[in-house]
Amino acid sequence: MFIRYLRRELSGRRKQTAIIAAAMALAIALVIIVNALSAGVRDAQSSALESVYGLGTDITVTSTPTAPTAGRAPGGARFEFDGDAGSTGNDGTQEVSQSLLSTARGSATFDSDAVKTISSTEGVAAASGVLSLTNSTFDGELPQRSAMGDNAQAPGASGVAPPEGGGMGGGGQFDVNSFTVMGVDSAADAIGPLTTATLQDGRLLTADDAGKNNVVLDAAYATTEELKLADKLDIGGTKFTVVGIVAGSGADAESASNTYIPLDVAQKLSDSADKISTVYVQAASASAIAAVKSDLQTALPDNAVNTQEDLASTVSGSLSTASGLVSSLGTWLSIAVLAVAFLLAILLTLSGVSRRTREFGTLKAIGWRNSSIVRQVAGESVVQSVLGGILGVIVGLVGIVIINVFSPTLTAAAATTGAGGPGGMGGPGGMPGAATAVTSAASNAVNVVLNLPITPTVIILAVAISIAGGLLAGVLGGWRAARLRPAEALRSVA
Amino acid sequence: MSELTQTDTTITTSQDITMMFRLEAVKKSYLQKGRTVHALNGVDLEIPAGQLVAIQGPTGGGKSTMLQMLGALDRPTSGTVSVGGKAISTLGDGALADIRAHDIGFVFQHYNLIPTLSAQENVEMGLAPLKLPAEERAMRAAAALASVGLVERATHLPGELSGGQQQRVAIARALAKNPKALLADEPTGNLDEATRDEIMELFVQLWREGLTIVMVTHDSAVAARAQRRLRIKDGKITEQV
Ligand SMILES: Nc1ncnc2c1ncn2[C@@H]1O[C@H](COP(=O)(O)OP(=O)(O)O)[C@@H](O)[C@H]1O
Ligand SMILES: [Mg+2]
Repeated sequence: MFIRYLRRELSGRRKQTAIIAAAMALAIALVIIVNALSAGVRDAQSSALESVYGLGTDITVTSTPTAPTAGRAPGGARFEFDGDAGSTGNDGTQEVSQSLLSTARGSATFDSDAVKTISSTEGVAAASGVLSLTNSTFDGELPQRSAMGDNAQAPGASGVAPPEGGGMGGGGQFDVNSFTVMGVDSAADAIGPLTTATLQDGRLLTADDAGKNNVVLDAAYATTEELKLADKLDIGGTKFTVVGIVAGSGADAESASNTYIPLDVAQKLSDSADKISTVYVQAASASAIAAVKSDLQTALPDNAVNTQEDLASTVSGSLSTASGLVSSLGTWLSIAVLAVAFLLAILLTLSGVSRRTREFGTLKAIGWRNSSIVRQVAGESVVQSVLGGILGVIVGLVGIVIINVFSPTLTAAAATTGAGGPGGMGGPGGMPGAATAVTSAASNAVNVVLNLPITPTVIILAVAISIAGGLLAGVLGGWRAARLRPAEALRSVA
Repeated sequence: MSELTQTDTTITTSQDITMMFRLEAVKKSYLQKGRTVHALNGVDLEIPAGQLVAIQGPTGGGKSTMLQMLGALDRPTSGTVSVGGKAISTLGDGALADIRAHDIGFVFQHYNLIPTLSAQENVEMGLAPLKLPAEERAMRAAAALASVGLVERATHLPGELSGGQQQRVAIARALAKNPKALLADEPTGNLDEATRDEIMELFVQLWREGLTIVMVTHDSAVAARAQRRLRIKDGKITEQV
């Protein structure tokens, strides 16, 4: 009887059923899409972080960012050409070709003893130090000192240099090229920037590579530079042999650096013995991360300790815009629409009860108990809302599929190692500074394809929300119907 | 069943069992715009089982209020109302609902059928509180519809039926439970004369079969068919001979 009455009422009052169901459907669809969007953006963010920081990295330790120092920024090494640097041409120019390995812009180094300190900290599963460097190659001919005056860096050749150099005032001709070099602890393969990278060719660095001039290349870099296995590459004036090529994780994600060399070699070539710029730390468990972070902060007061969560906030670009949009606008929008849907369900149910005053009065007069009437009203309301909920799930899933078909690509510019403080302005016109800014910016930007996951929990949640909305409206309406005195109800002439 | 024990204590004499309704010094007042209105102002009345009673009187005299007391729809402000030997002032809402479900059949001036349900389903609504098996409920509803001559209209919606037919459905709904008494508030008020006579004929027939019937009516022709005529004015009741 209950079921039949319910069915008849809902089909007999189609308009109200449709309005409540539609409002609920819209709300549920929004909840599902917003939920999937934020999950998708979260996935994208962590995959962006992974490709920069490596899989399994819970915490990074870097040097505390300091204000750029006037004059010489840490990354802004300068070329010093003396008479021996090249051959002097008979046209009064000097041929130069020099390659310089210096600490990466925006990253200051610190003592590698920190790795030991970190490893021995409780709750740390693994730690490995890396040294981020920039290799700048200067190729070309410069006017002779006599022609240029005393300052080789001064006028045309400085700051304003286009990415690949070019002809400059004073008759000089040169190319400035720079790429990133990362000295990695080849023994520690459990953690670090190479853990997410997939090996495309050759091999990764192993403990045996320590002290050897072997290099692993990022696949994208290898392609642009047309380098392949066993080729030679000049890093800091030393010839390295390509032993492996790796690709970053994700569709077209690049790995953290253009090139990877053994840490000890990197330290030696860059004159930074026992120096590192970042330590990748893996905590024993997710729950230990916070404790490890605070222990590390105490143990290494001069360093910056960042968790993945902290790092997520350093991700910028359209990905972070999307994340901000989803978390603020999306959440508020779905809460607002949900509230409107609930309110609509409640108001329409209450007004429906008022309109059916005589019907409920009659039911009471012929012996229906209040509980039966509450059940009837609540049942109708729940079914309406659940119909809407199911419709909403369908609309939401279709929305997710549509978004996934278009699969928008988001770019994430993650601030790599070091918080980008020092040397931000490239120092006063150091040539490598300007050139590096161009190349390395690209290696930090990661393209991530947004893919919205469909999770059963969200669907269950959506259905639960719609049941809750229906119950809320139904119980309020039923309570109102039950409160009608039967005699009163019969007096209302409709 | 908790009402059963309550029933035992409220049965006082063997005479009460055949006394369908008993009202003693019943007052019912309503608060209307800050003013107390005495819809019933000291009513003493006994209606034995098996009577056909007509209640007449001016509008606002208290007829509907009287019927609500008899039908256990509301409790008196003071005095006692016994329905089938049960004093309704002492009973809770659930127990009153049970009395209405088992002992009382209500018929209204405006039929009060549920517009979305068929005639058969409307009748079954009156049986719903009895918690019968679905088949028995359907059979009893069909039988009740047959007894008012509406077998072929069972699947029709109220909107597809004439006023007289709708009122017959309402009567079938009231009868299906085999009530002890049928209470009707101006049952012919909306019907033309021919239909009115048909419905009245039905009531007289039911009364002959032993049903207690109390009906409110403005119509003297209808009242004339009753065994006993009462008049309610300003909350006071008088017997008419
Ligand atoms: N629920 C109520 N609230 C307020 N006043 C009521 C209510 N029911 C009846 N009354 C008042 O009680 C009096 C008797 O009403 P009623 O029994 O409906 O009269 P009748 O049915 O004879 O026309 C009237 O004055 C009416 O306004
Ligand atoms: Mg009346």
